[in-house]
Amino acid sequence: MKALLKLRETQLALCTVALIVLVGMRAPVFVSGSSLANLLTDSTLLIMLALAQMLVIVTRGVDLSMASTLALAGMMSALLASRFPALPLLVVMLAALAIGLLLGLINGYLIGHLELPPIVVTLGTMSVYRGLVFVLSGGAWVSSHQMPPEFIAFPLARLFGVTHLVWIAAAAVLGAWYLARHTRFGRDLYAIGNAPASARYVGIPIAKRLMWTYGLAGAVSGLCGYLWVARYAVAYTEIAYGFEFTVIAACVIGGISIAGGSGSVAGAVLGGLFLAVIGNALPVVKVSPFWQSALTGIVILTAVMINARSGKQSGRQILPLHLNKSSGAV
Amino acid sequence: MDNNNNPVLRLTGISKRFAGIVALNNVALSVRAGEVMALIGENGAGKSTLVKTLTGIYQPDQGSIELAGKPVTFANAQDAMRAGITAVHQETVMFDELTVAENIYVGRHPSKSGRIDWARIEAEAEKLFARLEVTLPVRARVKDLSVAQRHFVEIARALSQDARVVILDEPTASLSQREIHELYRIIGQLRADGTAVIFISHKFDEIFAVADRYTVLRDGRFIAEGLLADITEPELVSLMVGRTIQQAYPKADVTPGEVLLEVSGFNHPTEFSDVGFTLRQGEILGFYGLVGAGRSEVMQALFGLSSSANGTVKLGGKEIIISSPAGAIRHGIAYVPEDRQHQGAHLSLPILHNITLPVLSRVGFFLRGRRAREQAIARHYAEQLELKATHLMQHVSELSGGNQQKVVLGKWLATNPKVIILDEPTKGIDIGSKAAVHRFIGELVTKGLSVILVSSELPEVMGLADRIVVMHQGRIEHVYDRAEATPENIVAAASGLKELA
Repeated sequence: MKALLKLRETQLALCTVALIVLVGMRAPVFVSGSSLANLLTDSTLLIMLALAQMLVIVTRGVDLSMASTLALAGMMSALLASRFPALPLLVVMLAALAIGLLLGLINGYLIGHLELPPIVVTLGTMSVYRGLVFVLSGGAWVSSHQMPPEFIAFPLARLFGVTHLVWIAAAAVLGAWYLARHTRFGRDLYAIGNAPASARYVGIPIAKRLMWTYGLAGAVSGLCGYLWVARYAVAYTEIAYGFEFTVIAACVIGGISIAGGSGSVAGAVLGGLFLAVIGNALPVVKVSPFWQSALTGIVILTAVMINARSGKQSGRQILPLHLNKSSGAV
Repeated sequence: MDNNNNPVLRLTGISKRFAGIVALNNVALSVRAGEVMALIGENGAGKSTLVKTLTGIYQPDQGSIELAGKPVTFANAQDAMRAGITAVHQETVMFDELTVAENIYVGRHPSKSGRIDWARIEAEAEKLFARLEVTLPVRARVKDLSVAQRHFVEIARALSQDARVVILDEPTASLSQREIHELYRIIGQLRADGTAVIFISHKFDEIFAVADRYTVLRDGRFIAEGLLADITEPELVSLMVGRTIQQAYPKADVTPGEVLLEVSGFNHPTEFSDVGFTLRQGEILGFYGLVGAGRSEVMQALFGLSSSANGTVKLGGKEIIISSPAGAIRHGIAYVPEDRQHQGAHLSLPILHNITLPVLSRVGFFLRGRRAREQAIARHYAEQLELKATHLMQHVSELSGGNQQKVVLGKWLATNPKVIILDEPTKGIDIGSKAAVHRFIGELVTKGLSVILVSSELPEVMGLADRIVVMHQGRIEHVYDRAEATPENIVAAASGLKELA
């Protein structure tokens, strides 16, 4: 129990609940069932992107091109649906996913096989992919009346009383948890982020793993591109502009170490939820939206400080050790 | 031993060069199933390179590796592992954030219908530790383990691979006596199972306790091979140390003066204990020990890099407190770190800026217009060190290892230190540059400097130092005067042997 309380994930969950309760005391409407359901729906895109970003950060990388990939895939799916209204929705969604995958694999190839630094590669593709959104759309909007009704309706439609967005996000959480915990692929990412040289010693195919990690981040961004455009019923060139930093912020708040090698699915989910709560709660208690950005920043810095303190290391063990005395290490 | 004529592993004529430096030259080695082979040599004799060649991390330039009579080549570490050769490395291959059990199976997690079989991983890990008769919680994260416990994880990993050849690269370097005996027992088990073991150690009592045969390397060459039953410890030491080494090092004849630096009761919670020594004016004090004996840690603490160390430091008779490198530099202590690439030089800056970096405040705050003064300082030290470079604005990354080291030395000399601490100043640099660095160290003392020379190269320490401090497991084992130092007694002290028979 004590160990559970010490976990960063538990602490963050408690903070989130405390925040909801505090805001609820000021404005009871905030804790109503429908308001909380809206909050959940609002957090889904951020959570899905944070999950993908988490896997990238675990390998000691970062994907700055996520929001641009999202925008490009979202714009393409909107154009596709408006030109060919007869196209089944599933095909449109798969197209968005495939475009994202392709863009992500380009990142992954440059980072994994050509061993270029992730921050530089994705900084470059961030601009390239965003630029392509302009080229493709000619700078024009695709507005709701140009899109087929089922295209727009899908994300907020309900299955067993819960929106599709929430179902998809739940599937993504389960999938990410399974991948990170129960597959060779996922475990290798942790090994790579922990000690890249050692990972090579034990024979992990680093280039291949990195390529598909960025591919996955791209695929998730692509799918989120469709969901984003459909949910807000508009596609324009500046969709999700700057959102990659919100995603990274969610990861950092969730305790995912930027230095790589550690981070959990629960952390990414809670980090995303926490930011969504701040985003939805501040207007309710009538805090200016300008404060929102500053508050998010303060939360990030606090999270980083907590991480740094717990990660502080002492010296190497050189003096002879006696195992019987120190065997209690758990 | 099932068949003496059929070694399970045989290496012939292995050579390996790195950028012109010969690391291995025509090395031969063979080991049979159920046999423990001790690989013996000084630091830098080529043992670690040989291990890396065997485990597929390096590919030999020449020569052949035969496994059970068939020639093999290893393109990468995984190939060697699949062929049944595993190593417990000197630099541990560990993933700090992963659990003990996962560290054993990382890179080859067993899975059941596409899903990692965690229950099996943990059960197998428990079984391995039971077999080793070691208690380790398999779910603990490796970052919470001690160095000794990490070794057991690595040995368990080697065992789990059903290896035909297990290489133990200085596995006992940081183990206590009791742990060492556990290791002996484990090696006995491996031998009984018909595994071939290559055992690398500097400690002769261990070699005689566990090994059947020996192979001696020196300067990357094969020197001798035979049964341990047919040789004595002193004979083995002289095979390993070999040459007479005094002449090659030009030690300037300076009679050390007054005591300049006095360190006493220097302690650190995990790294060293009760370290005390004195350094005289114009003296070269050698610090010898095995890798990981705590020498660099003592020096770093002395330089103000370690906050958890405590003790008394007197400089020129006055007690001083050093809490940061800037403080140490102010007191006239300079530390030239071992890891040139990461701690010593700013590789992407030009030579000029490297040399003047610690003394910029003396050049002036506004550097514009003071170019000439900055250049003069840099040129002075570049010339003194016989730096080979096209011009002073050349980037340090373009220089050879030896010349990089000269830049680092020049940088620290520019601070006009009283005491200069050199940590492995000739590690990984070619013979020619080595001689220049040695000559230079020899000359430093004629200018009234006092030098602490940390080195793992016995000839270097013996050739240059007035007195030699030998460290072992974080403690000072013995201090030898130049006259009484012999390779035999220094190696013995560094290995923790009290007296050599």
